[in-house]
Amino acid sequence: MKSVTKYLGNIFQYYIVRRFLFFVLIIWLASTTIFLIPRLSGQDPVKEKLLLEAQRGGHMQAGLEEMAKAYQKKFGLDKPLYVQYVNYMKDLVRFDFGPSIAYFPKSVNSLIGDSVIWTLGLLSVVTFLAFFLGTLAGALLGWPRSPGFLQYVFMPILTLAAIPYYLLALVLIYIFAFNLEWFPLFGGYAVANLPEWSFTFAIEVIHHAILPGASIVLASLGFWALGMRGMMITTQGEDFMIQAEAKGLKGIRMFFNYAVRNAILPQTTALALSLGTVFTGSVLVEVIFRYPGLGNTLYQAIRLNDFFVIRGLIFIVIVSLGLATFLIDIAYPLLDPRVSYKKG
Amino acid sequence: MTSSVYQEISLKERSKKRLFNFLRYVRRNPSLGVGISLLLALLLFVVIGYAVYETERFRPLKAGTDLAPFEYDSKKGKNGYPLGTDRQGRDVMAVMIVGVPLTIQIGLIAGIIGIAVGTILAFVAAYFGGWVDNIIRTVVDVGLTIPGILILILIAVNLQSGLSVVQMGLAVSAVAWVWPARTIRSQVLVMREQLYVEIARLSGTGATSIMFKEMLPNLAPYIGASFVGSVASAILASVGLEALGLGPFDSPTLGMTIYWNIQFSSILHGMWWWFGPPILVLAMIFVGLFLITAGLDEWSNPRLRKRV
Repeated sequence: MKSVTKYLGNIFQYYIVRRFLFFVLIIWLASTTIFLIPRLSGQDPVKEKLLLEAQRGGHMQAGLEEMAKAYQKKFGLDKPLYVQYVNYMKDLVRFDFGPSIAYFPKSVNSLIGDSVIWTLGLLSVVTFLAFFLGTLAGALLGWPRSPGFLQYVFMPILTLAAIPYYLLALVLIYIFAFNLEWFPLFGGYAVANLPEWSFTFAIEVIHHAILPGASIVLASLGFWALGMRGMMITTQGEDFMIQAEAKGLKGIRMFFNYAVRNAILPQTTALALSLGTVFTGSVLVEVIFRYPGLGNTLYQAIRLNDFFVIRGLIFIVIVSLGLATFLIDIAYPLLDPRVSYKKG
Repeated sequence: MTSSVYQEISLKERSKKRLFNFLRYVRRNPSLGVGISLLLALLLFVVIGYAVYETERFRPLKAGTDLAPFEYDSKKGKNGYPLGTDRQGRDVMAVMIVGVPLTIQIGLIAGIIGIAVGTILAFVAAYFGGWVDNIIRTVVDVGLTIPGILILILIAVNLQSGLSVVQMGLAVSAVAWVWPARTIRSQVLVMREQLYVEIARLSGTGATSIMFKEMLPNLAPYIGASFVGSVASAILASVGLEALGLGPFDSPTLGMTIYWNIQFSSILHGMWWWFGPPILVLAMIFVGLFLITAGLDEWSNPRLRKRV
């Protein structure tokens, strides 16, 4: 008995190690790509931005000299490529992305830190809701005994899966915020208030988050429903379903413990892969609602040509996505005991 | 000589029969029919628009600004424009007529390159196996985890000069091959084990001949579905980039129209005639492509046909 658990433990570790190596590979390939793209294009966005500002003699003339020096010293652009690469990697490991160009001397990290909580809060709630509701809808659609009218109720929602979040956001903001005035037009909280830990403020935040959240949930429900419906249909002919039926189990038990239990497995894998889509899709939703999250920060950075912020933000997002994928991957054997027996 | 003539006739007959079968099948598969009709309706709109409408008015300042549909244009002394004008004096109708084909062009360029590269990689991976397969599969898995649009944003930010429509398509194709490579590879792996491929192999057919003559025709519906899907995701990516302000500023693509809408807060000004049309047209494109993909999937995978 002891040897069995030890054996299982080894394989389990093996699986985790494999997934961890994959996680490291993602980070390495992503950071190398981020390093190479500016150098392949032959243009230097930071230098150009500095030149542009110097020509304009703009509001940040004062910090300009200092910034140019810091920039030269930090990146050692006169040094050979591999030295730059090693320096760059050292900075990434320490999560040091340098100063923002537009808001010098504010650091990229503090800019990201201000907005990350909004995106994290909105997206985690929204993703969970969409996954839960969509999977349930799909399970009902793929279950032969569910009433026929469900098909007609859910069909329009499935079609919404094809429409990007932000198109829906534009429609919702026009109907519910501009015309009906049920919800605020923009922002994460009312302009007059400052963020604080209080009940009224929490209500206000939720009130502001409903429209952006709803556009993401509505547009991604169909994706989960479609996947789940397909899996439910394929479980229909399986031996364990026939056996459950032969045993005379109740419909609801067959539905949850037999059909859904098996059909939900590929949905979790899809969850790991969909996180990236959810984030990139939400960027423009945040822009449209001027929601104070990462997407809006990215948009502002693109507008202001703030290259360090863009780079740091993209890197942090990729690391978070990789980490989330890794966590879902290592949780997967808990859901599906068969995986831990197989290698990889 | 005779055999080639015979073959020609039979091929012609067969393709005729295939077309007939296909049309009959569309009646049973409504999503394919609806999807194709949505795109045909857009095509019709563009063709008629180019034929009868003054499309040059897609440029800024060709019309009065902020005019509602059919509102009198005092500057030009004209009796209005069917979809009104935007804040910079573009005729929204003309923008739609010119913009739809541009956006679809970006999707087609990226989709064709993506599907070609993806299919080749899928066959190479599945055929050679071993470390070649391992490398391709790992790169594809990494590519699926990293959202392509983030890499596209970096590329676009570094190309300060701004992208043209064709360059936009090429840039998007850099990330468009990942998903086709993955799905087609798994199909090739399944197909490789099938009996008829085995028989072809045993009877001494060469590898390339097996790939092109035995496997490729049977994979056609999968490749078709995955092509339509990659055109859709390429359009999605390009519209996203454009809406973020990284698109071709001198072209009135649908994504740029969304960008101008966000820039000038058309919603807060209640200019529904400005943001409505691009939303409607984009929804038609995405839903059309989505329904065609679903229809082709159903065609190639009869197991899905059981229920709607």
